[in-house]
Amino acid sequence: MRYLMLLSGTNPATPPPPALFEAIMKLGGEANAAGVLLDTAGLLPSQAGARVTLAGGKMTVTDGPFTESKELISYALYDLRSREEAVEWASRFVKLHRDLWPGWEGQTDILQVMGPDNGG
Amino acid sequence: MDRDEATRSAIEAVWRIESPRLIAGLARITGDVGAAEELAQDALVIAMEQWPVQGVPDGPGAWLMATAKHRAIDLVRRRARYDQKLREIGRDMETQAQAFGEPDVGTMDDHIGDDLLRLIFIACHPILSAQARAALTLRLVGGLTTHEIARAFLVPEPTIAQRIVRAKRTLSEANVPFEIPAPGELAGRLGSVLEVIYLVFNEGYAATSGDDWTRPELCAEALRLGRVLAGLMPRQAEVHGLVALMELQASRIGARTGPSGEPVLLTDQDRRRWDRLLIRRGLAALAQTEQLGGAPGPYAVQAEIAACHARAASVAGTDWERIAALYVVLAHLTSSPVVELNRAVAVGMAFGPGKGLEIADMLTGQPVLAGYAQLPAVRGDLLAKLGRLGEARAEFARAAALTSNERERALFLARAAECQPGGS
Repeated sequence: MRYLMLLSGTNPATPPPPALFEAIMKLGGEANAAGVLLDTAGLLPSQAGARVTLAGGKMTVTDGPFTESKELISYALYDLRSREEAVEWASRFVKLHRDLWPGWEGQTDILQVMGPDNGG
Repeated sequence: MDRDEATRSAIEAVWRIESPRLIAGLARITGDVGAAEELAQDALVIAMEQWPVQGVPDGPGAWLMATAKHRAIDLVRRRARYDQKLREIGRDMETQAQAFGEPDVGTMDDHIGDDLLRLIFIACHPILSAQARAALTLRLVGGLTTHEIARAFLVPEPTIAQRIVRAKRTLSEANVPFEIPAPGELAGRLGSVLEVIYLVFNEGYAATSGDDWTRPELCAEALRLGRVLAGLMPRQAEVHGLVALMELQASRIGARTGPSGEPVLLTDQDRRRWDRLLIRRGLAALAQTEQLGGAPGPYAVQAEIAACHARAASVAGTDWERIAALYVVLAHLTSSPVVELNRAVAVGMAFGPGKGLEIADMLTGQPVLAGYAQLPAVRGDLLAKLGRLGEARAEFARAAALTSNERERALFLARAAECQPGGS
């Protein structure tokens, strides 16, 4: 089963510590070595993006940044056997932020991807 | 889900992620995969007791490893009949265990790669039957339960349990060492590993029996195993070849089944449903085999064929001539009549059904293919394209009688019906 993990959060004023990047690389390496990480990448701040909206039959295009308080930071696509495994990998990822970047707050949303194994 | 249940599923998830590394590390200490698995399971039982009360520890994998190692020390101490060497190892472990203090996954990873590789090689040891290897590998390296393996292979659970017990006993009685094969025997032993992984994949990709045409979860297990192996043996081109083959074939799983579960053959598939991510991964793995150089092995060549399909926007746009040529290469490597049959299909597409039929007709006397449903199915297809409908119908009926997959039988019967005069 495929799970899409979306990390969003609010960065503290301090710059992200290099140890965090290192730890993220290491965890990604472990997930890769376990054969479960299919794809992952970081996302630029929404300032570089845009939003196309349909509301009341009217389409509008708005340039970033989006008004949400939390920015999407990265995505990862995992191939796992259960939601519990997804929670475990996501927890490890969030834990790194807790341990290595004081003041950081955020979340990982776990979404199951439709596929041949669930009628998609 | 209540709190206890949530903790329980969290433990199960940790177990699935950690158990292969756990068993591998313990097998290095005990030299016996059976004992290693028992120790690992002891640790799991302790976790099941303690974690719901004390909470899941911060480094659950490291916790399990430390706990299991303590059990291993106990075991060594209790067994006075163990020789001096083993007692030394026991002391070794004790100092290691003391050094843990705060368990940290990082410090324990030093041997993990090698241990995991040893575990894969022992689980796929040629002393075991292919079936036993598959079951043991899924259990020890894939972290599946006996129940899950039995369900995946549509075999009663006691059969799988017995298969695994016997396999472990065979390894133990034969004193099969827990080690990576010497360079001289590496190629053969690796072949045995690749064979098992592809066997698991194929059982999922074209289920040989049962009501379902594919069992994607089994393909996913094989893919994960292949990716793990590729990470452990990055210099082995054929490992990447197998991974490429599986990624590319798996990219078509969603398109291989119709709305009511019926098989859809490659040439009839809606290519928009092919999984672009898996295709990209497959092509990347294939590029790695090419980068490593050397003559491509049978998996790499098959991956190359799968890549021809993956790159083509349509059946007509497929480079069938290249596929037919690749089947010639593959036939040299495997001398399998099944490969020759596939070549007949490709030649039929590249140079006309008559040319394909010439090749297929030469295979009808092959004893190996006597009960193989695909032979009459391919001949039926080529005959139908040549307008020889009566003969085609007989071939499809024969194919339907030979297959043990219900979905496939329905497909062949439908094709036979199409060959009726007045059929579509």
